[in-house]
Amino acid sequence: MLTSNVATIALGICLAGTAWRISRWFLSDIGPESDGLSTGRRLAAAGRALLGALIHPRFWQRSKIFLWEIVLQGHLLQQDRLRWAMHMAMCYGVLLLVLLHALDDWTAPVFFADYYPTLNPFRWLRNFFAFLVLAGVLGTAIRHRRHIRFKRIRSNADRLILLLLAVIIVSGIVLESAQILSASVFEEMVEDYMGDDDPDEVAALQHYWATEMGAALPVPAGERTADAAAGQTAHEAYCAACHSRPQTAFLSYPISRFLKPVAGMMDALRIDNWLWTLHYLVSCLALACLPFSKFFHLLATPLNLLARAAGPVSDSPRAFRASRRALGLDACTHCGVCTEHCSVAPFYRVIPNPAILPSEKLSGVQRLAAARAPAAEMALLSDGSFTCTLCGRCTRWCPSGIDLQDLWQASRRDLIQKGFPPFYERAAAITPSATRAPESTVSGHPPLSLGLTDRPETFWACVQCTTCTSVCPVVAASDDPHRDLDLTPQQIMNLMRLQLKEQAFGCRMLWDCVTCYQCQEHCPQNVKVADVLYELRNEACRRAIRSPQAIAAGSS
Amino acid sequence: MAPNTYLYFPGCKITPFLPQYDTATQSVLAALDVRLDHTELNCCGYPMRHQNLAASVLAAARNLAIADREGLPMLTPCQCCYGQLKQAAYWLGENAALRDFVNSQLEAEGLRWHRGIPVRHLLSALAEDIGLAAIRARVRRPLKGLQVAAHYGCHALRPGHVVQLDNPLAPTIFENLIAAIGATPVDWPLRLECCGNPLWEKNPTLSLKLMARKREDAHAAGAQVLATACTYCQLQFDSVRDAHPAATESLPARLYSQLLGLALGLPPDALGLSSGEAV
Repeated sequence: MLTSNVATIALGICLAGTAWRISRWFLSDIGPESDGLSTGRRLAAAGRALLGALIHPRFWQRSKIFLWEIVLQGHLLQQDRLRWAMHMAMCYGVLLLVLLHALDDWTAPVFFADYYPTLNPFRWLRNFFAFLVLAGVLGTAIRHRRHIRFKRIRSNADRLILLLLAVIIVSGIVLESAQILSASVFEEMVEDYMGDDDPDEVAALQHYWATEMGAALPVPAGERTADAAAGQTAHEAYCAACHSRPQTAFLSYPISRFLKPVAGMMDALRIDNWLWTLHYLVSCLALACLPFSKFFHLLATPLNLLARAAGPVSDSPRAFRASRRALGLDACTHCGVCTEHCSVAPFYRVIPNPAILPSEKLSGVQRLAAARAPAAEMALLSDGSFTCTLCGRCTRWCPSGIDLQDLWQASRRDLIQKGFPPFYERAAAITPSATRAPESTVSGHPPLSLGLTDRPETFWACVQCTTCTSVCPVVAASDDPHRDLDLTPQQIMNLMRLQLKEQAFGCRMLWDCVTCYQCQEHCPQNVKVADVLYELRNEACRRAIRSPQAIAAGSS
Repeated sequence: MAPNTYLYFPGCKITPFLPQYDTATQSVLAALDVRLDHTELNCCGYPMRHQNLAASVLAAARNLAIADREGLPMLTPCQCCYGQLKQAAYWLGENAALRDFVNSQLEAEGLRWHRGIPVRHLLSALAEDIGLAAIRARVRRPLKGLQVAAHYGCHALRPGHVVQLDNPLAPTIFENLIAAIGATPVDWPLRLECCGNPLWEKNPTLSLKLMARKREDAHAAGAQVLATACTYCQLQFDSVRDAHPAATESLPARLYSQLLGLALGLPPDALGLSSGEAV
C-alpha cells in the first residue's frame, strides 16, 4: 500500500514537473523575436509549425531522422564510435530496465503468459541491462577524467544524477544477491507455495536449494543421495516453473558467493528487505526528479532533433523561435562535446572565466532565460559570450542538435539589452584615474604584456616627427582629428615618452585604431606604435573586465 | 622542393560567414596537386589580442605546436590569422617569460612551441611554393583584359620584418599572381590601406568610410574587380557593403582563389560562385 502510494506520488511529481518544463518553452524569452508576444500567440505559432512539419512534402524524408538519429543515434556514431557505444549502452540499458523490469507487471505478460521475474530470459536480461548501464557510466567517467578540457566542467548536478543511477543499479544487483542467499525468503516461499508441510519434502527441497540454487541454508546431515533426488523432484514440482537457475544472473550470483560468509547476519537483519526498499525508493526519487534533472533530455533531446530536421532556428517562424531556443536549452545534457571542440577554449587557460567554454556558457544562458542570473553572473556571461568567435563548430558537434550558433547570437543581444555590452565598449569608457597608478606589467604568470609601456627605452627614440599620425588612415578619415579622436598617435607616444601613460586612457584614438600597423611600419625610429596601442587596450580591458575572483571577493 | 601537403588553417570566420572561400581555396589547391590535412585547430587568437596578450599568443602557439607535431607547414587563406601566427611566433622568440608560460601550458597536452615552425599564407604558398610559372602553365582561360585592383590588406603585410610576406612598402606578390592568370593589375594609390573591417563592430561609421574610400579609389583607377586574399577584407567589401548600399558604383570584390579557379577552368560552383557571379 505504502509503496504503491510512493510510486504514484513520484509519478505525479514527474508529470507535473514535465508539464511545467514544457510550459517554460512558451514562456521563456530568448532573443528579440518574442518581445511583446503573448503566450497564446507563441502557442499558436508552435502549433502551426508542428502542423506545417507534419503535412510537409518531405515529411517521410524527415521522419527517417527519427530512426537514424533518435533510435540508432547514428549522428553520434559518425562522430565517435566509442562515445556512441557508451551512450547506447546507458540509454538502452536504462530504457529496457524501466520497460521490462520496473513496468514488468504491464509489459511482460504481453509477451510471456507465465512471467515471473526469476525466470529466464528476464533473470539474465536484468543483469545484462544493468551491466550495460554500468559499462556506459564507467566508460564515460574514464573518458571525462582523461580529457584535459573536461576536468574543469563537471558540476554537482552531473554527479548527483550518476549517483542516483549507480545506487539504483547497484542496489538492484545486490538485492538479487541477497535474495538468492536469504533463508527467510526461502521459508516465506515454502509457506506460500508448498501445499503440504511434509518435513521430509521441505528438507529435501532445502537440500536442493542449498546446493544447487545458492541459498545460504544449512544442509541437512545424513541420507544425502536420497535427499538430492527428492529435492530435485520437489523443486520441479513447486519451484521450477518460476525459478531459473540463479547462476544465469551473472552479476548477482558471483556477488552472492562473495557475500555468503556473512549471509547469516544479512538474513538476521533482513538486508534483502532494506535493499528492496532502498532500490524502490531511490527509483521513485529518480522518477520524481526526472523533469528537474538532466534526465529530462530523454524527452527534450529527441524533440529537439526532430525540430532540427525542419531546419535551423532562423528558418522557423518568428513567434516560434524563442520556443525552439528554450527546447534547445532543455536538450542539453552537459556532455561537454562542444567544449571539447571549441575554438576559443585555449583562452580559458589564461582567463579563468568558465563562460568562455560553450557548455558552461549554455548553463549561464539557461539561467539568463529563467531570469535567475544575478548581475555578476551576467557580467561574466557577457565577457564569455563576446570572446566567442561564432565559428559554429560547437553547433556542428552538439549531439543533441542544439542550434548553439543561434543561441549565442540571441543571448548576446539579450545581454546588451540588460546592460552588459561587449568588453571593448566598457574598456573604451575607461578614463584616466586620478588615484590609480598604472600597472607594472612586466612580471607575473601569465605575463600580462610585452612590457613596452613600462619601459622608457621604448620611447626614447621618438622625435615627434608625426609620421605615425600622417600615415594613419583613421586620422586621414577625419576632418578634425582632435574633435573626433582626442589624441593622435604621436600625441599618445608623447605622453608615453613623458611617462604620463595614465592620460592616454579614455581617448577615442585608442579604440578607433584599426590595427593596420602603418604607424609602426613607417616610424623612422622603430618605435612600436601599434604594439603600444595594443598594450594600452589590454590594460584598459583589465580595468573594465571583472575576473571571477574579483567578483567573488566583492571588489570593484 | 615545394611541400605538397599543408596543415590547413581556415580560421573561425570562413565556415560560418564566408564558406565560399573554403570551397574555392580547396578546389584550386586540389587542382594544383596540393594536399591538405584537416587536423582540428583552434582560434589563432587575433580577436583576443585587444583583451589579453598571453591568451592570444597561447592560442596561436597551440596551433603552431600542433603543426609541428604533425610535421606539416601551416597554410592559411586568412591574412589576419597569418599575421597573428607570425606575430605570436615573433614575440615568443623575443620574450622568455611569455615563451616559458606558453610552453608550460602546452606541456599538459604534450605539445611544445619552438622557433622555425613554418606558416604560409595562401598568396605566398601559391607564388613561392607552387610558383608563378607552374600556375601560368595550368591556366586554361586567362582572364584577359580584366582590370583587377589587388587589395593587400594589412595584417599579412605589416610589420614587414615580423610577417615576412613581401616588401611592406612596395609589395608585388599579389600583382604578380594576378598577372599570372592573365588579368591586368591596376595601380591604385590606396592599395596598401586598411579595408576598415577591424572597426566594424566598434565604430561602423568609420569602418564604412574607410571601405568606401578604398572602393572609390579602385574605381577611379579603372578597376573592374577588387581582388582580396583575406576573409575579413572580403566580408568588408562584400557583405558589409551589401548591408549598406551607400556606395554609388558596384565594384565587385572577388577572392583571389575564385579568380584563380576561373582561370584554371574550374566551374563556378566549385568556387562558391553562382553562375551569374562569374566575372
